Amino acid sequence: MRVTQGCFSFLPDLTDEQITSQVQYALGKGWAVNIEFTDDPHPRNTYWEMWGLPMFDLQDAAGVLMELNECRKIYGDRYIRLSAFDSSPGWESVRLSFIVNRPKEEPGFRLERQESDGRNTRYTTKSYAVDRPEGRRYGGS
Amino acid sequence: MNEAAIPDSTTAVETAVDLRREFNEVGIGEVLDELDRELIGLKPVKTRIREIAALLLIERLRKRMGLATGNPTLHMSFTGNPGTGKTTVALRIAAILHKLGFVRRGHVVSVTRDELVGQYIGHTAPKTKEVLKKAMGGVLFIDEAYYLYRPDNERDYGQEAIEILLQVMENQRDDLVVILAGYGDRMDKFFASNPGFRSRIAHHIDFPDYSDDELLSIAELMLTEQNYKFSADAEAAFVRYIALRKTQPLFSNARSIRNALDRIRLRQANRLVSDLDRVLTADDIMTLEASDVLASRVFEKGSEEK
Repeated sequence: MRVTQGCFSFLPDLTDEQITSQVQYALGKGWAVNIEFTDDPHPRNTYWEMWGLPMFDLQDAAGVLMELNECRKIYGDRYIRLSAFDSSPGWESVRLSFIVNRPKEEPGFRLERQESDGRNTRYTTKSYAVDRPEGRRYGGS
Repeated sequence: MNEAAIPDSTTAVETAVDLRREFNEVGIGEVLDELDRELIGLKPVKTRIREIAALLLIERLRKRMGLATGNPTLHMSFTGNPGTGKTTVALRIAAILHKLGFVRRGHVVSVTRDELVGQYIGHTAPKTKEVLKKAMGGVLFIDEAYYLYRPDNERDYGQEAIEILLQVMENQRDDLVVILAGYGDRMDKFFASNPGFRSRIAHHIDFPDYSDDELLSIAELMLTEQNYKFSADAEAAFVRYIALRKTQPLFSNARSIRNALDRIRLRQANRLVSDLDRVLTADDIMTLEASDVLASRVFEKGSEEK
């Protein structure tokens, strides 16, 4: 099942060229772009691991693409997303976030039902991928 | 076979171009004229920049006509004595490259060893990469580049920065132009111990020292920009000042001239303020007198020696 999170997630995967122009748009607005990755695709997992610090004071998207390619080399089997932070309100807030890399196979989620007091039922979504330990969830070594 | 080799009208975008129109469209004529007007002397430098600009213009046309080209290597090294205008020229080069479309943004990131080399193990690579990322799409100007390499300390982190630089210079030639600058003899030593750098840099440009006349023109240009002028006597005195100052140690060309002018302005202000009852005209305030120039220490020393 294809994970849809952030912008453009219902579109086909962005090409590098499209990523470059999105990043350039963000830089043009004065936003700092950050790279994050994870292998836990649960929608409530908001805090992904950071690939280095957010990139401040960049002028051109080539710098972000350089880092992204480095990140793909190591974590190419995981989800990687770019987030753009706007600091103009006085704090950093996310203005744009989109997935730029996803595992080859996304096994999807199962729904767990817990019968609780009386006739109540609690529902939980669980990714099949997280059944395996961290780092080995998408066929990684 | 032959048909494939010759670009015919359907595949080639254009078969004939008007060079003059292209030249005007790109607008480098302006930048080059500005270079001629605002930078005094530096003949070999200007010639070289014109050559590079011409090559880039032709490269652009070739691309449009569908003739296969690899982007030319644009990394440069500027060598010359202090105050010969290396940084100023780097800024102009960035503007030219931007107008011709060889760098996308045309900004200049100016760094020295401090910004590239870290202080402990594992600190250098992220630091250098951060600078490189900031400079992407523009020009990275490394001033006093020879400090990157310290032969006396084999565990110096400078070597790590050099390796990362070389890698990016080679692999991302389309994204970044690197300009190294420094004093002539030390740069030669630097290149001798880092042959990788020498071969990756296509343009080695040497900045000559300024002649006395050129220094005077520079002084006058600086004064005009600041709305000052020399009186006739003051100009004659300043000619003598230049000749004397050149013989003294630590002379750094245009920078020394700028400092001298700053001190002359100081003395002029002091002279004007010392007579508070006088009514000043705009001309009085603009004019630097011979006495302002002659009060310089350079003359005392010069007369002692004679």
